[in-house]
Amino acid sequence: MTPKLTDIWVYLSTTPLLGLTVALLVYQGAFWIYKRANFNPLLNPVPISVAVLVVLLTVTHTPYQTYFDGAQFVHFLLGPATVALAVPLYPLLGKLRRAVIPVIGALLVGGVVAVGSAVGIAWLLGASDTTMLSIAPKSVTAPIAMGISEKIGGLPSLTAVLVMVTGVVGVISAKYVLNFLKITDHAVRGFSIGVAAHGMGIARAFQVSEEAGAFAGVAMALTALASSILFPLLLWMFTR
Amino acid sequence: MLGALTVLLVFQLAGEAISHGFGLPVPGPVIGFALLLVALILRRGVPEELRTTATGMLQHFSLMFVPAGVGVMVHLSRLKDEWLPITVALVLGTLLTIACTALVMNWLMHRFSREKEEA
Repeated sequence: MTPKLTDIWVYLSTTPLLGLTVALLVYQGAFWIYKRANFNPLLNPVPISVAVLVVLLTVTHTPYQTYFDGAQFVHFLLGPATVALAVPLYPLLGKLRRAVIPVIGALLVGGVVAVGSAVGIAWLLGASDTTMLSIAPKSVTAPIAMGISEKIGGLPSLTAVLVMVTGVVGVISAKYVLNFLKITDHAVRGFSIGVAAHGMGIARAFQVSEEAGAFAGVAMALTALASSILFPLLLWMFTR
Repeated sequence: MLGALTVLLVFQLAGEAISHGFGLPVPGPVIGFALLLVALILRRGVPEELRTTATGMLQHFSLMFVPAGVGVMVHLSRLKDEWLPITVALVLGTLLTIACTALVMNWLMHRFSREKEEA
């Protein structure tokens, strides 16, 4: 009986099916806990799922690439889901139009603070150049941040991880920071989460309200747009 | 649902084509998002099927970040070596970003609406 089980494991561990199924099961388990805890941000399902999966992969000696072969089907959905952000935004266009000046002002200040604070703190505490360059685009959505990181001389895959951790920090802390500052407008709450914590912030904002989610979506799209134009420009200016 | 999913993929594909075709630094899905928004404005409304699919998908948006997040295991040694600057920069930097963005937007919103009432 035992050799057969090993055969089954050897077979399954090389197909994408196992990685995908495990990823979905772990996430649903984490989401169930999150829901039972009344969407307490400290129990966000993303860091919990990531931690459980890293332990599972380490214990079973599964390389990340093997896991990703299965999980890439979930990863792929990020594309169409980003496009889908236009849908909840549409009914809020009127409100967005009335808030053009606040949105642009907040975007510029937020973007400068995001890059400046991360690089400045990392520099003060003696981070390596590679780490500093990889950390600079941390608040931008992962695919763009990775592209920027590559262009300015960071490590794209490290940037992807830092972007993810930033998202986790953002979704866990946003509620407390915004409540402390007595910010009640869902448009402002959503927008600031979107600027700081990209798509993960959007996911969290949607759990709060459609309006917060839609404004977080606008924030992510504008941050992506602005940084994909401004980073290469800054680099060009500094390397002259 | 199939129709709506096709619509989303078509817009993403158009976005990718524009992004690569013109060598733009903006990723395809972000351009697809802008194109879909323009299409909805021209159409003056969201088809019910697209609304249901998009809402359902976005409810599970966070699941889609898990695979890339697991990539943390590849960088464990660098993270171990530089954990202090990385942790402080990410945590403090993110808190500051949220706070500054919210305060600026809130202030401008109030200023802006007051000016409007006076006008």
